[in-house]
Amino acid sequence: MSQRIKFYQTGTLTVGNRLLDAKDRTVQATLDRGNSLTSGHRACQGCGEALGARYVVDAAMRWADNRVVAVNATGCLEVFSTPYPESSWQVPWIHSLFGNAPAVATGVRAALRAKGRTDVKVLAQGGDGGTVDIGFGCLSGMFERNDDVLYVCYDNEAYMNTGVQRSSRTPPAARTATTPPVGNSSGNVFGQGKNAALIAMAHNIPYVATASVADLHDLEEKVTKAMGIDGARYIHVHVPCPLGWGSPPHDTIRLARLAVETGLFALFEAEDGEVSDVTHIRRRLPVEEYLKPQRRFAHLFRPQTDADAIGQIQSIADRNIEKFGLIGRNG
Amino acid sequence: MLKQIEGSFAVAEAIALCRPEVICAYPITPQTHIVERLSELVRTGDVGNCQYINVESEFAALSVAIGASAAGARAYTATSSQGLLFMAEAVYNASGLGLPIVMTIGNRAIGAPINIWNDHSDSMALRDAGWIQLYAETNQDAVDLHIQAFRLAEQLSVPVMVCEDGFILTHACEQVDMPDSEQVDSYLPPFEPVQVLDPAEPITMGAMVGPEAFTEVRYLAHHKHLRAIEVIPELSTEFEHIFGRNTGGLIEPYRSEDAETVIVALGSVVGTIKDVVDEMRDEGVSLGAVKVVSFRPFPLLALREALQNAKRVIVVEKCLADGLGGIVVGSVRMSLRGTSTPVYTIIAGLGGRAITKKSLRRAFNEAVADRLEDPHFLDLDWKVIDHELARSQEKRRSGPIAENILRELGLVGGKPV
Amino acid sequence: MQKPFAIALDVGTSLANLTGSWRTERPVYVDLLPPCNHACPAGENIQAWLYHAEEGDYESAWRKLMESNPLPAVHGRVCYRPCETACNRGQLDQTVSIHAIERFLGDEALKRGWTIEPGAPTGKHVLVIGAGPSGLSAAYHLRRLGHEVTVHDAGPLAGGMMRFGIPKYRLPRDILDGEIARIVGMGVTVKLDSPVTDIPEQMKKGGFDAAFVAVGAHLAKRTDIPAREAGKIVDAVSLLRGMETGAEPPKLGRRVVIYGGGNTALDAARTAKRLGASEALVVYRRTQEQMPAHDVELEEALDEGVILHWLRTIKQIDGTTFTVEKMKIDENGWPQPTGEYEELEADTLILALGQSVDTSFMKTIPGVEIADDGVIDVDETMMTGYRGLFAGGDMVPAERTVTVAVGHGKKAALNIDAYLRGEQRELPEKHPAADFERLNTWYYTDADKTVQPTLDLIRRRTTFDEIHGGLDETNALFEARRCLSCGNCFECDNCYGFCPDNAVIKLGPGRRFEFNYDFCKGCGLCAAECPCGAIVMEPETF
Repeated sequence: MSQRIKFYQTGTLTVGNRLLDAKDRTVQATLDRGNSLTSGHRACQGCGEALGARYVVDAAMRWADNRVVAVNATGCLEVFSTPYPESSWQVPWIHSLFGNAPAVATGVRAALRAKGRTDVKVLAQGGDGGTVDIGFGCLSGMFERNDDVLYVCYDNEAYMNTGVQRSSRTPPAARTATTPPVGNSSGNVFGQGKNAALIAMAHNIPYVATASVADLHDLEEKVTKAMGIDGARYIHVHVPCPLGWGSPPHDTIRLARLAVETGLFALFEAEDGEVSDVTHIRRRLPVEEYLKPQRRFAHLFRPQTDADAIGQIQSIADRNIEKFGLIGRNG
Repeated sequence: MLKQIEGSFAVAEAIALCRPEVICAYPITPQTHIVERLSELVRTGDVGNCQYINVESEFAALSVAIGASAAGARAYTATSSQGLLFMAEAVYNASGLGLPIVMTIGNRAIGAPINIWNDHSDSMALRDAGWIQLYAETNQDAVDLHIQAFRLAEQLSVPVMVCEDGFILTHACEQVDMPDSEQVDSYLPPFEPVQVLDPAEPITMGAMVGPEAFTEVRYLAHHKHLRAIEVIPELSTEFEHIFGRNTGGLIEPYRSEDAETVIVALGSVVGTIKDVVDEMRDEGVSLGAVKVVSFRPFPLLALREALQNAKRVIVVEKCLADGLGGIVVGSVRMSLRGTSTPVYTIIAGLGGRAITKKSLRRAFNEAVADRLEDPHFLDLDWKVIDHELARSQEKRRSGPIAENILRELGLVGGKPV
Repeated sequence: MQKPFAIALDVGTSLANLTGSWRTERPVYVDLLPPCNHACPAGENIQAWLYHAEEGDYESAWRKLMESNPLPAVHGRVCYRPCETACNRGQLDQTVSIHAIERFLGDEALKRGWTIEPGAPTGKHVLVIGAGPSGLSAAYHLRRLGHEVTVHDAGPLAGGMMRFGIPKYRLPRDILDGEIARIVGMGVTVKLDSPVTDIPEQMKKGGFDAAFVAVGAHLAKRTDIPAREAGKIVDAVSLLRGMETGAEPPKLGRRVVIYGGGNTALDAARTAKRLGASEALVVYRRTQEQMPAHDVELEEALDEGVILHWLRTIKQIDGTTFTVEKMKIDENGWPQPTGEYEELEADTLILALGQSVDTSFMKTIPGVEIADDGVIDVDETMMTGYRGLFAGGDMVPAERTVTVAVGHGKKAALNIDAYLRGEQRELPEKHPAADFERLNTWYYTDADKTVQPTLDLIRRRTTFDEIHGGLDETNALFEARRCLSCGNCFECDNCYGFCPDNAVIKLGPGRRFEFNYDFCKGCGLCAAECPCGAIVMEPETF
């Protein structure tokens, strides 16, 4: 992580900033950005994944001078971007299956290598279900072979395309269609789920990072860095889903930001299996700030406050903050 | 060049001559020797500029091939049995995307009970997955069909399975006339994809298609297979021209033109059947055979023509549709629509049981006498069946059938209680 | 490439799918009224000039500022900064130091000799009476509009209360002179020591088409205090005026009592300290909080050792002995006598009980209405009851500050211009206020206010040197960039970057953005993430 630019009105906290050098602004701030995922797609209003995908692919395209091939797992991103007869992509793009995007990407990479086209970079992407659940076998295989693929997971914490069912990224206590808070249960079970980024690190691949749509500079820097590295790379991007989370469409960025600021979603980078950098929390907030605006957590506050569950979620955040050192010296 | 060689190695060397650019493999018996030999050939540089990828599952193997083919590379993989089923979703996907991948199936039974020996349950399970399926009778067939398969796949943008019987062919050492690279090169031009992932000319592959166009997409896949029925014989003719061998085509009749009784089969068992035909002909029985090379697309018209003089037809097949009978026989009957020719089914060789000439003769004789029950299970041990059925009627918790049969046969442990 | 039907598609074809039809609310870019602009009595578009200053383009910033206020170097020093009181940044950390940047720009202009060109001649001639802030401002604006201007002033020097009411340590005279000279340099005729007694006559005689009168409040209010033996009593107005005109500074003695609680009282006290008084005691009848003096001035006075004696009235003077009565505040906030007395010793009493305006010379003008306290009635165009005669500054009902006066001058000039053209001045529509609640303050970086250098206390107590230093180029830039740009787009690209549908069109530097309603689904992310609240969501009408 390069130093954040402070002052200059908004510094590097906004997408652009006319007061900064062009190099300190984001790809998304440029007049001629690629819009790799262009208008007319059918994502819901305020879709975090649509944003995340455009950010990632545009940054990758910028790095590779538009020489990118994208592979997509089945999921919202695939469905909303490519319903016949219209495609929203402006990159060579293939969708095969739900669980095989990493392997298809390996195949694309192998083909390009066989043809001597090492200048073309391969990007694979999928949602949390396609990546962390059904695609995890292929992902792990791609990692352990250190195939030259950048895999990006857009994590919206459930199976949204099929109607909001639980995935292994669904947070504890969250209501989904398959974890309803009825009877004595309070939504998704505590003590389950997996941290895909940490598992990716265990493969000793050269680069792993987490990112958020709320921190565009950080996200683009990570994509750019990943693009410059050979071998298997993994970026896990947190993307709120207004439909699945039960939040107003205009709250997408705010919620992503709150996930970071509460410590529930830790932003870090790892190189060769070791955490190499973390993005510090700017203004630490209690988890209630993040939970309250989301209908999937509404049962924690109504009819009465479930202090126990909220406390457990707070301790998850506290552990993250401690584990990754998310509070900076000035934080 | 004639060579005494194991079937798997012969296939591997033929694949190498086809200059695949991406090979991906996950081991499963009896396919292993093919991919082992290929890994060696790639490492020694005999395959040219080829990427060999050891993947973590068959699902990944075919997925890697899908990606490679979509990016314009000639892609190859091989599998068997459970492996084919494990990649089933990708099997449909490859054909749906119109990707000309060639895949060898070392035919093997499907469990449970787990069984590593040959039958056709695996490839038959995926017979309607949109792939062309070619069945090899011999290792020469296997070598030649693979070369034709790449040509066919790439000409029509459709994936092709070359099916060869596990162990019977894959592990059999026999004489094979190995082609040379000049021959293969002159037969098989470099891959020119109809669609490719190329930053210079980006496209979107694998769109979601709804009711408004799905039927049309499916019809076009059907049409491709109809085209294949025309193209397969042409490629066979062209192949003969260059390689001097008549291999492939849709079907291969054997002394069937004037035969009253014609046996239809596919794969290595055709060799045994041909011997039985010869022997029974010598004995005065009017018998012939037709080998089905292309099972998908199924050559309805060619087969109907080949069977037009037959008084009866016997289908010998290594697979079973539970409760119904044969699988191949359904397609054979379809080719005989409107005729009154009786068709018998012989289910044989399941899970690697040897199909002996003696058993075949006995069954064929019964059929010729129109006494064969349909379907007929060749060499079925009725004593075991009767005992197990009786026992399972006595007791609800009768235990696993497969284990019980093994015990009954005295192959493991004591007798079932 | 001959692609397979339906499963392979041409790229970018979704542009045929106009998702704008999903929308129930539409985002609209707005320009709201920032609190600083709203609060500025001189009508400055502060945010607009800060926008240029943020880029380091100081000349553009100064020119933007000069559209409203011809005296930025003066205002950067003496304005009581209502803009800063209103500044939204105050709710975030500390207000933007607008005055310091204004002063920097004013000083920069004087240093570099930037000038303003007068407008194309209109052939009209306007008489301005009073060369104080209001008159000078009117003269300046009228010149920009192309009218000829003659200024009459009764005093020996131009500047009015800026010169005769504000001590040097707050406003060095070279600065004041520089800014006046620039106005005069635009072709304004200034006639000093030439009071006008009969305005209609003067207008007729001089061929003036209109007149603006702004003579200021120079009369000190007095009070009757029983005195057995009156000591030395002076009024603050005379004291401060004397500092400018008198050759010899007055002798005040060691102990000085100043009676009053306004800015003039404090200026008098601070001047007394500088003239050598060891003790300057301000006696005020209410509480410290109720003092009309501005906080900044009070703070500085206290720093310099001025002593406050509040809740006291002077009941009697006997030579150098002052009897004062303690007061208490009743439930209505009024001071009430307590009957408790104490005594003070002082060599001089300075009365600073307020000023009034001498408008007796206007009594005879037909139509001119004069209130009991001497102030003149004007309509919303600042015109008196006499056609073509406008008035402003301290002589009309308003707060009496330099900045208010300058604002009057501008307003009067614009209305005189309309009057001369025989038109009604069209007032631009007021934008809704850019309240703090409209901002998404997360995006603004943490940045504390820049502190101006201050003269050390010893020198402040003993000399008339300017007490505050200015900003240099670096910290002026830093300070300008603390502006939140409330309610007005400053091109941070958030809307452009955060639109999931690429429905924001970036028009390029300085040209802001447009919505592409063909694709905008109305999610409202742009409005939510706009730091400055310059996007509102409006219900879609069908």
